[in-house]
Amino acid sequence: MINQLSWKVGGQQGEGIESTGEIFAKALYRLGYHLYGYRHFSSRIKGGHTNNKIRVSTEKIRSVSDDLDILVAFDQETIDVNFEELRQGGIIIADEKFKPVNPDDTKAKLCVVPFTKIATELGTSLMKNMVAVGASSAALGIPLENYHPIVKEIFGRKGDKVVESNIQAIEKGAEYFNREAGGPIDDFTLAPGDGKQRMYMIGNDAIAMGAIAAGVRIMSAYPITPASEIMEYLIDKLPKFGGTVIQTEDEIAAATMAIGANYSGVRAFTASAGPGLSLMAESIGLAGMTETPLVVVDTQRGGPSTGLPTKQEQSDIMAMIYGTHGEIPKVVMAPSTVEEAFYDMVEAFNIAEEYQCPVILLSDLQLSLGKQSVDPFDYNRIEIRRGKLMNESLPEIDKNEGFKRYENTPDGISPRTLPGMKNGLHHVTGVEHAETGKPSETADNRKVQMDKRLRKLRHLKFETPVHIDAKHERPDLLLIGIGSTRGAIEEAMMRLENEGVSVNHAHIRLLHPFPAEEMKPLIEKARHVVVIEQNATGQLAGLVKLNVGGRDKISSVLKYDGNPFKPAEVYKECKGVVSHASHV
Amino acid sequence: MPVTFKDFRNKVRPNWCPGCGDFSVQASIQRAAANLGLTPDSLAIISGIGCSGRISGYINSYGFHGIHGRALPIAQGVKMGNRDLTVIAAGGDGDGFAIGMGHTIHAIRRNIDITYIVMDNQIYGLTKGQTSPRSDMGFKTKSTPAGSVESPLSIMEMALTAGATFVAQGFSSDLKDLTSLIEQGIQHQGFSLINVFSPCVTYNKVNTYDWFKEHLIDLNDIEDYDPHNRVAAMQTLMAHNGLVKGLIYQDNEKKSYQDIAPGYSQEPLADTNIQLTEDQFKALVGEFM
Repeated sequence: MINQLSWKVGGQQGEGIESTGEIFAKALYRLGYHLYGYRHFSSRIKGGHTNNKIRVSTEKIRSVSDDLDILVAFDQETIDVNFEELRQGGIIIADEKFKPVNPDDTKAKLCVVPFTKIATELGTSLMKNMVAVGASSAALGIPLENYHPIVKEIFGRKGDKVVESNIQAIEKGAEYFNREAGGPIDDFTLAPGDGKQRMYMIGNDAIAMGAIAAGVRIMSAYPITPASEIMEYLIDKLPKFGGTVIQTEDEIAAATMAIGANYSGVRAFTASAGPGLSLMAESIGLAGMTETPLVVVDTQRGGPSTGLPTKQEQSDIMAMIYGTHGEIPKVVMAPSTVEEAFYDMVEAFNIAEEYQCPVILLSDLQLSLGKQSVDPFDYNRIEIRRGKLMNESLPEIDKNEGFKRYENTPDGISPRTLPGMKNGLHHVTGVEHAETGKPSETADNRKVQMDKRLRKLRHLKFETPVHIDAKHERPDLLLIGIGSTRGAIEEAMMRLENEGVSVNHAHIRLLHPFPAEEMKPLIEKARHVVVIEQNATGQLAGLVKLNVGGRDKISSVLKYDGNPFKPAEVYKECKGVVSHASHV
Repeated sequence: MPVTFKDFRNKVRPNWCPGCGDFSVQASIQRAAANLGLTPDSLAIISGIGCSGRISGYINSYGFHGIHGRALPIAQGVKMGNRDLTVIAAGGDGDGFAIGMGHTIHAIRRNIDITYIVMDNQIYGLTKGQTSPRSDMGFKTKSTPAGSVESPLSIMEMALTAGATFVAQGFSSDLKDLTSLIEQGIQHQGFSLINVFSPCVTYNKVNTYDWFKEHLIDLNDIEDYDPHNRVAAMQTLMAHNGLVKGLIYQDNEKKSYQDIAPGYSQEPLADTNIQLTEDQFKALVGEFM
């Protein structure tokens, strides 16, 4: 019995690779296994190699695995591109149709199953995916009846006959595999799952559901990879709550429309990736200057320019902090798990309204698109706070003065009224303005209003600005990361600890304002600090040095080839830092 | 006490040049709002950047002076957030037809129920006299000292082809007609575009008040002109090189975005309870299990 294994299915884009993984995963997470997925895809619709890798475990996991146990191949390219990842004793289950060849230097066994032929005999070659699922399940020894309800859910509306033939396809695939391989493979027999019911979702699903939980009613957005799933979920859901998604002409319209909607009193937001965020830079400044709440999600992908649109990267860090002209109060949050993405999204709207400023929720492609099992979200953790939004009847105001929307208060946050409110009338402008919102260019006013705006975040309340796992008082190593690298860092840390290296881990959750106070003691007490991030210039390391210091003991582990960090890569690089240091 | 146009006045002194066409636009909006019985609280004026963009600060109502070229998306967001508000977007020809042209075309075809008033002076005023997309060919400006070599946009024709449901053109000298057009635009159920020839007395020495008086054709003077006939509207515009004033076209059949967006609330969204019930939440969670 093993506690975890990795399975991958590959073929041409548009061939149903996604659904093969989906059905296989469903059976596993419903048995109470923890899952973590990774999709390799290209910026095209049909054709081009794509694969879907799923890691299955009896323990909670938050990272892709280092190697691969089972590879299901629908074409030779899948084998050629992925065979090196297979471990000794791994297997390739391949469709007979393309006459698969196992490369000379392979470590894996090849098992040929006639996916297409079996499917065609049952009615349609489309069911070759189901045959592959059946063969995979046989290798793992998963009882096939687990698929019955799943197939019914997916194909039920197409009639009993379709359901029946899909179940048969799974059974035939399993039968064939068992005949060829002589039953389940011992190496792949998983210890039983805990049977607990979990959600299985991508980060974008969690972000979108978080928006609904936060009370969002309007999303204005422009489609882009890897953010579009947020929009797609809300196109389905918002009308059920009276709201709507407006697909705008560009990201400038998306951001400014969201600003308009927030100004009117509705919770509204937009989501995009780097190119869209670049276009929104001026709008974000407008929200900062006019103190209009605004939430923007940035699902980072490979940059710059169009860059690597379907690949993992964390290179928008600096752009999200500094990406607008002038100086505004702004909050940048960085969830590192699907759970955090959900709860952070709710909190993003609370902070945007409480502090009346733009909030950026920084995700990355692997967090946004990696499908994983998560414990069901907790209703009782959802709280809606709207700050100094006025809703009581207001005292009469002098018509020629107007409501002091930008009153210079001790905490910098001013009472907020909405259009339509009696006695709340005021002007809003991106021009520097006085307390009632009327333009003012006097030197005194400029200083008062600039200080007022920047003062707002001085006492920002944020529950966990840094996720800290610090077992050691004076560790050999402090690992610092952000976003979806959390799992890879955790696993690398475990391996290093097993080898006697003492390691603490700090994962940045509030990127801006930077949690310098929380980070300072951690950095001071560590012998070496390694900042792990997916970009080429060490942006996060730069921020740590800028805000905390420790230049002489900080080194960077960088990856910018478009693929997420694997635990072994982090481990190897960190190990290098420790052993190099001990030889100096 | 009934509302009068004085209720829409505030004490801010416009920084427009004496004689600027925008004064009349400001007065027309104030009069139209009063004539329709609106209150300052229920009116939101969203403006762009430029001389004319300052208009939202000169009217006693809710006002949002945004960024260059983006008055329309902000205004559409305001209306979608609170459909009970009367929303007017306003700005200049540079704001709406140069930097903001993408938004103008799409706001027209989206047909959200707001009124867009463009103060068209065929020049960039605030930046001290450069060519605009509405400047005629040969027009000499600071940026085109030898005369503009680009064609001016035929904006009314463009609006018609983009699927506009309300297209009108006014002139700053005719306060009464302009007020009436703005009233009709506000009452129109859908997006209304009102282009106003609003002369720049400082930088445009060609398209002056007198020039417009000489060249503009009043649609009321064209016998049997039918503002519900799109083809005739296009022909008339082309025949007169766009130099007409009055209601050019109105489509009362097409429904506004708010009325056809699936599921969109009849109540102002800003007023609705946003807290999910536990049952609603559990249903959402259940979809991923």
